[in-house]
Amino acid sequence: MWEHHELQSTYDVVIVGGGVHGLATAYYLARNHGITNVAVVEKSYIGSGGSGRNTAIVRSNYLTAEGSRFYDRSIKLYERLASDLNFNVMFEQRGHMTLAHNDSSLRTMRWRAEVNKLQGIDSAVISLAEIKKLAPFLDTTERPRYPIVGALWHPPGGIVRHDAVVWGYARAAAALGVHIHQETELVGIDVESDRVVGVQTGRGPVSTSTVINCTAGWASLISAMAGVTLPITTRPLQAAVTEPVKHFLHPVIVSGSLHTYVSQTARGELVFGASVDPFASYSTRGSLEFTTGLASHILELMPAVENMRLLRQWAGLCDMTPDYGPIIGPTGVDGFYVDVGWGTYGFKAGPVAGESVAAMIASGHRAS
Amino acid sequence: MLVIICPNCGPRNDNEFSFQGEIIPRPSVDTDPAIWRRYLYMKSNTSGWQKERWFHVSGCRRFLDIERNNVTNEIRLVAEVGGDPRE
Ligand SMILES: Cc1cc2nc3c(=O)[nH]c(=O)nc-3n(C[C@H](O)[C@H](O)[C@H](O)COP(=O)(O)OP(=O)(O)OC[C@H]3O[C@@H](n4cnc5c(N)ncnc54)[C@H](O)[C@@H]3O)c2cc1C
Ligand SMILES: [Zn+2]
Repeated sequence: MWEHHELQSTYDVVIVGGGVHGLATAYYLARNHGITNVAVVEKSYIGSGGSGRNTAIVRSNYLTAEGSRFYDRSIKLYERLASDLNFNVMFEQRGHMTLAHNDSSLRTMRWRAEVNKLQGIDSAVISLAEIKKLAPFLDTTERPRYPIVGALWHPPGGIVRHDAVVWGYARAAAALGVHIHQETELVGIDVESDRVVGVQTGRGPVSTSTVINCTAGWASLISAMAGVTLPITTRPLQAAVTEPVKHFLHPVIVSGSLHTYVSQTARGELVFGASVDPFASYSTRGSLEFTTGLASHILELMPAVENMRLLRQWAGLCDMTPDYGPIIGPTGVDGFYVDVGWGTYGFKAGPVAGESVAAMIASGHRAS
Repeated sequence: MLVIICPNCGPRNDNEFSFQGEIIPRPSVDTDPAIWRRYLYMKSNTSGWQKERWFHVSGCRRFLDIERNNVTNEIRLVAEVGGDPRE
């Protein structure tokens, strides 16, 4: 889909990490700002990090006005991404439903819905009767330990084909002149008098004045190469998928109280996710605790799926910050930028973060 | 799944413990906020062998210092923290 290039001895911008954040930044740098002498260096294959391992949920019904607006911009970009990139990213806006199992979550949901509406975002609290209509396989009786009492309903939310987003951005960026270097590991950043002058890679040195760290779970290691410390701890997040069955679940269903969520792919598999592992790690091994915990929670929500079989489970690395907020911008080292800390929710932000980071770089860019 | 050999309780599954994070020397109480911030939030988050603290919450309720390779999850040293568990 894109050409293989020799590593040039110099680039205007070196982006570290070939996930959705790095590739979207490269694409918008080229498309919106005409900055095309750009390299994306990826130590493995593109999408090998969180961007190829996530559960692909997109939404914008956040609790703050700023958050809602930011993610709404991402949804708008996702809505026309297929035509922008000339690549089918299979964005399906099936609606996103967050279940409430008690009065206090219902209260917060009302608050969220009002904040969202003020930003022009489709978001509302719905009753059990409406939940039953939208997702008849949910157990809406009094049987579960934590019965469902209502939900926050967000029609523009949905799922997108994560690999297609990664490949689409890569292909479109490459067509505009960006070099995408897979199997090219960053091993050092050259800093002179608090200013970036180049990088060292497994394929040789590159001189550059601008480096953007888009490495998510590995963000601390890359920043340390420039002498920058980040408030980040790396934790695995696991997901699992069942065998495919006939389509029966249309919206994305999330239960915060049960630490679980589920959606059905176009191919018919149920995709499940959860919360991060209980301890920090750079290991992407799955655990039995995850699958047993997941199964018990899912059966509380949807007892009808008890005979379905899991096909696979996997883990990806998440860059967790103390306040769960991302870290975007310049650092104490001139020319060294970060777009990290996206933790468990950064796929949906890929387009808007790429667009914003590209604008930030372009506004301060020194022509070479 | 990790099995941690607690010096008090023997081999136990990791879900009996609560992970407290990498060990960073605690500054004195009268130091300035920038140093406290570094202590609380700025992690080296290294990949490989790390010294970290765990709490045996469903066992002896002692704090333990553990050396773990956070890539392979191999554990090579477990020691009880003496005295004030926060040091
Ligand atoms: C199981 C799971 C489920 C998730 N579900 C969702 C979801 O439903 N919705 C959502 O919005 N988000 C979700 N996320 C979070 C989302 O996947 C991430 O926030 C997002 O993909 C981060 O993208 P990125 O481009 O910043 O990083 P990544 O995609 O992780 O890319 C970082 C890249 O950097 C590369 N790299 C590392 N070190 C080096 C080096 N030294 N040199 C060169 N390259 C290097 C890595 O190989 C990797 O490809 C989920 C994550 C996981 C793990
Ligand atoms: Zn013990």
